[in-house]
Order: sequence, then C-alpha cells, then structure tokens
Amino acid sequence: MSPKTLYDKIWDAHVAHEADDGTCLLYIDRHLVHEVTSPQAFEGLRMAGRSVRAPDKTIAVPDHNVPTTLDRANAATMTEDSRVQVEALDKNAKDFGIHYYPVSDVRQGIVHIVGPEQGWTLPGMTVVCGDSHTATHGAFGSLAHGIGTSEVEHVLATQTLIQKKSKNMKVEITGKLRPGVTAKDITLSVIGETGTAGGTGYVIEYCGEAIRDLSMEGRMTVCNMAIEGGARAGLIAPDEKTFEYVKGRPHAPKGAQWEAALAWWKTLYSDDDAHWDKVVTIKGEDIAPVVTWGTSPEDVLPITAEVPAAESFEGGKVGAAQRSLDYMGLKPGQKLSDIEIDTVFIGSCTNGRIEDLRAAAEILKGKKIAVKRAMVVPGSGLVRAQAEEEGLADIFKDAGFEWRLAGCSMCLAMNPDQLQPGERCAATSNRNFEGRQGRGGRTHLMSPAMAAAAAVTGKLTDVREMM
Amino acid sequence: MEKFEKLTGIAAPMPLVNIDTDMIIPKQFLKTIKRSGLGVNLFDEMRYDDDGNEIPDFVLNKPQYREAEILVAGDNFGCGSSREHAPWALKDFGIRAVVSTSFADIFYNNCFKNGILPIVLPQEAVDVLMKDAEKGSNARMTVDLENQVVTSSDGESFSFEVDSFKKHCLMNGLDDIGLTMEKAKSIDTFEAQAEQARPWV
Repeated sequence: MSPKTLYDKIWDAHVAHEADDGTCLLYIDRHLVHEVTSPQAFEGLRMAGRSVRAPDKTIAVPDHNVPTTLDRANAATMTEDSRVQVEALDKNAKDFGIHYYPVSDVRQGIVHIVGPEQGWTLPGMTVVCGDSHTATHGAFGSLAHGIGTSEVEHVLATQTLIQKKSKNMKVEITGKLRPGVTAKDITLSVIGETGTAGGTGYVIEYCGEAIRDLSMEGRMTVCNMAIEGGARAGLIAPDEKTFEYVKGRPHAPKGAQWEAALAWWKTLYSDDDAHWDKVVTIKGEDIAPVVTWGTSPEDVLPITAEVPAAESFEGGKVGAAQRSLDYMGLKPGQKLSDIEIDTVFIGSCTNGRIEDLRAAAEILKGKKIAVKRAMVVPGSGLVRAQAEEEGLADIFKDAGFEWRLAGCSMCLAMNPDQLQPGERCAATSNRNFEGRQGRGGRTHLMSPAMAAAAAVTGKLTDVREMM
Repeated sequence: MEKFEKLTGIAAPMPLVNIDTDMIIPKQFLKTIKRSGLGVNLFDEMRYDDDGNEIPDFVLNKPQYREAEILVAGDNFGCGSSREHAPWALKDFGIRAVVSTSFADIFYNNCFKNGILPIVLPQEAVDVLMKDAEKGSNARMTVDLENQVVTSSDGESFSFEVDSFKKHCLMNGLDDIGLTMEKAKSIDTFEAQAEQARPWV
C-alpha cells in the first residue's frame, strides 16, 4: 500500500461515492449547528419536504447571538432579530429531532468548545459546521472544516458533502517553546510566515515536538486558526493525550467499543514517506510572544518589535498595510509595547478553554486592571463552572474583570458585547478585521497571558516581564 | 438556482487585497433568517458613514458603478468567515462574477451555490482587467463560462480554469441536493459499511 498522510487516511475512510472527475461525496460523521448560519438551511428542508438524514449525528447550540451578561434569562437582553434567530434554532432542533443544548443548559457554550467537551468530536471523524472555526476539531485528528449555509442544508439532507480533495501541507514546529510562548503564538506565527492565503487549497497537518508538547486545549487553539491561514482544515495526529482527553466524555465510546475505536485511532498518523505538496518548518525556539498590529491575522510581529511602514511590504500589500495603519491609528516606528489599550477580551473558540483562563489568571493574581473595561467570557457553561471551582473567577473579579456567561461575545460582536469606534482592544480571539469587534473598533490579537498582561499595564506588554 | 452562462456588464475595480467577509457583509446583518434583501448592506461599513449616508468615494456609490455586475478585486477575496450572507449580499446587489488572483476556499464554494462565478486569473491578467474596470461604465467586460474566457472592453481575452462539475451545475442552475439524492444508494451502502467498521460513530 502506498504511504498516506493522516488527511489521506481520514478522507479515504469517508468517500461514499467518487465520480470520474474526482468529485466525491464525503460522508459526514458529525454536523454541528448554530443559530446564525442554519435558519435558511432548515427553511430549505421544509420547503422541499426533506428531513434531517442523521439527526443523531447532528448537534446544535446557540452561541453567536446570545448575551453573556448574567441577566440573559430575561428575553429583553436580546434584540428582536437575535431573539428570532435563537428561537428559530430552538424550534428547528425540536422539529427535526437533533441534539440540542439551549441557552438555559449549563453545557451551552461556543459550538467548537461544546463539541469536544461533550465527546462528540473523536479522532478520525469528519466534522463540519456552518462556521469557519470548525477547524478547531482537527486537534483530535478529525477532518473538520467550515461550510456555508447551502452546504449545511446539503449535509442535513444527505449527511454528505460534495468535495474534491485538497492538497497536503505539513507545518512542523520543531524543538521546545521558550517560556511565555503559547499555542496562540505558534498559530499566529505560522500565519505571519505563510500569509492568510498560504494555506489556500491545502489541509494542514501540524506536527513536531512543540505541537506534541501542547495540551489538547493548546492544540485546539493551533488548529482553530488554520482557516486564518487559508487552509481548508488543520489536523494534529491523535496520541495518548488525545485519548486521555476523550475517555469518559459523555458521547465517547465505552467498553468494547472504546477498545475498538482506540485500535483504529492508533493507526491515524502520517506514514513516514507520505507525500507532502508543501512543507513549512519553524523552530519552536524562534517563536516569541506575538501580537497583531494590522487588520489581517497575517499582520503578526513579536511584542518587542515596532509598527512597520507600509512601504516595507510588496505589491497589493502596500496599500492594504497603509489602510490598516490608518484604521488602527498607528505610526510606523512606534514600539508595539507603547500602544495603549482600552479594553481586554479573553474568550472565544480560540482561547476560551480552561487552560486559557488559568494562564490569564496566573498573570492577574493579586493585580488590578489598568484599562477601561476587561471581560472574561468562558467558552462554555462547564468551563465557567470549573473556573469558579478552581478559584479563577475570583481572581478575575478581584482584578476588575467582568465574569460573563458563555458565548462568542466580543469575538465577532453579534451580541451587545462590542467595541466603540476608535476603542482599542487586546483580544484572545481570531480576527482583527476592520469592524470585527464593533464598527471602528481596533483589535490586537494575542494569547490569554499577553491579554492579561495588557490588562494590568494598560498597554501591549511583553508577558515575559511579568513572569 | 439562477443559471450563469454568459454575462456582459460593468465591472467595478476593488484593488484592495484580503477583502474579508466582515467587509462584504458586517455581522449585524447576519441576524436574518432569510437569504434575500442583503444587497443594500453589501460592503456596509465601507459604503456608508456613521449616519448611514453614502460615502461618495466608495466605488459602488459612484454613478458609473452603481449597476456593476462584475467585481475585479485584490488577492484572497472573501477570506474570513463561512457566512453565505457574503455571496447572498453580492447577488442581491447584482454582482454575478468576481475576478481575483485568489479566493478563500469557503467563499469560493459558496459562490457556486448562489449563481455567482468566482474567476481566478494570474496577477498580470487581473492587472489588465483592473485597469479596464477603472474606465467606468463605458467599459463593459464579458464573462463567458461555457468557453471559460473573460474579455475586456478592448477585446483582450483571458482563459480561466473552473472545476467541470461546478461549471456544469452553474450553467444549468442545478440544485446540489437533488443531484446527491440521486446517489442515495451509494450513501446507504457506505453508511451500512461504516456502521460495521466504526460502530462508535
């Protein structure tokens, strides 16, 4: 048998039909659904008189719109259009008989945090969701990617997707990371290296010692931003850490099925002489704590650097960089560590897991914030409960952070959590696009520890100075 | 789905690279449960000021581009979220084709589900078409899907590649789900085999 990559293996195990031109029907094991990209899909099913083919493999949770304030049980906390969207999901979940975690359920949270937490995401699966950050689930060695609403409808109706295979790209992070450097710094640094279109047409497998050393939480952070590098999906081969994380979760296999699953999962790795269409290698020791300065996730620099000049770029990027500098209100040559911050946001499917909250709390312990506003939005109700049990919530509250309920919140600002025009935010989320966190808002992406450090000093700060 | 065969129309130049889906349709307009009516909010934050007035400098607000049916854009158009609201908004405005050197994967796929043709061309060709688009409403570009050719107002032609299945669906306005349903037997067979091989799924 010819050598295969991990992606090849998962792909081959899920092709339900292949046409002569290579167009495949890829069978989908898990379909995650949220309230924003699904209403039109369910409506399409109704209009065509179709049902959900595999309701048992379909899991829904509202996350994008939901308020994260403690009074959200009061319907008045939501705008009318948000309420209509959440109620549509309530109704669609009930009508079509799919698994559902409503806003009132303690297990509710960001769909990409709930899936792994509940054991829905398992190695070797195909996972899709009408959300680009579905790439997160690749941390388990599952082939996971975002789809549009038409494809959501297609998966609901047929449990398959029409696909052509992507190319294989290997991103290897060798050796050890230095102190203060986290999974977020890895994933941002990779995008800084390859650009936001560097992964277009590829599925990335992240490997190397620095990736192996990461916890499952860290691996999810890395894969989460594969889409920001343009890749269809990001993958990490499952290992003992993966199996340990999955074992005992509510929807993980048990008993003899666990043993059978484990036997297959252990075959899920790229063969030594597998073919790669593109390889990127970065030394772990070369990665520093980074922040973004512009309005594209590729605008990444070490915190010790200075704001670049637009002329230092080439081609179309010159104009884009100038536009970014104007939008962000920054001047070339300005030290990144001199940039003052108004707001700190810790949360999102990128960095809203327990390990992220621990890392931020570690920096905040016994300190006070020096910014106008700081909020922590746990990725799920269960992350929130665990953080309270571990005493992290008290550290955040004592420091002056708002301690919120679970949701996507200020990552995309569809709910009331938004920046005001010109407001500058240190954010642990995944996109620094113009207007992403609110019209005119200015976003700097970074790790939870770096965001916590910025909260304490009121400026972008090298977390290593506080360790 | 509306068929796409051949289109001759006004092309609007948007030379900016990395035009993301948050620019194409900002999040506050994703709270709809319908597919229609988003055209008025296409490029909302670039197109209107804080008071909702049109920004005259924005390309689609200029008199010569208000009826544009084609966009010529910088690299990596449509990067960011999976929101199909982006092609819905383009389509609702009247855009039927977008030319760029590259597109983000999910956006690219979403276009084909909505009767929009995304066209990938090399930098030199995009540069020529960008210049052509800058001439305004007298310069009409032609996109011919059957022959896979874009022709500038000066008659300069550029061939482009497109997946044969996607082309077939777009040219005939075919519904993907209906096509896949015809292969239900293959899915049934696969599902039964997978159930045996991986019962824990």
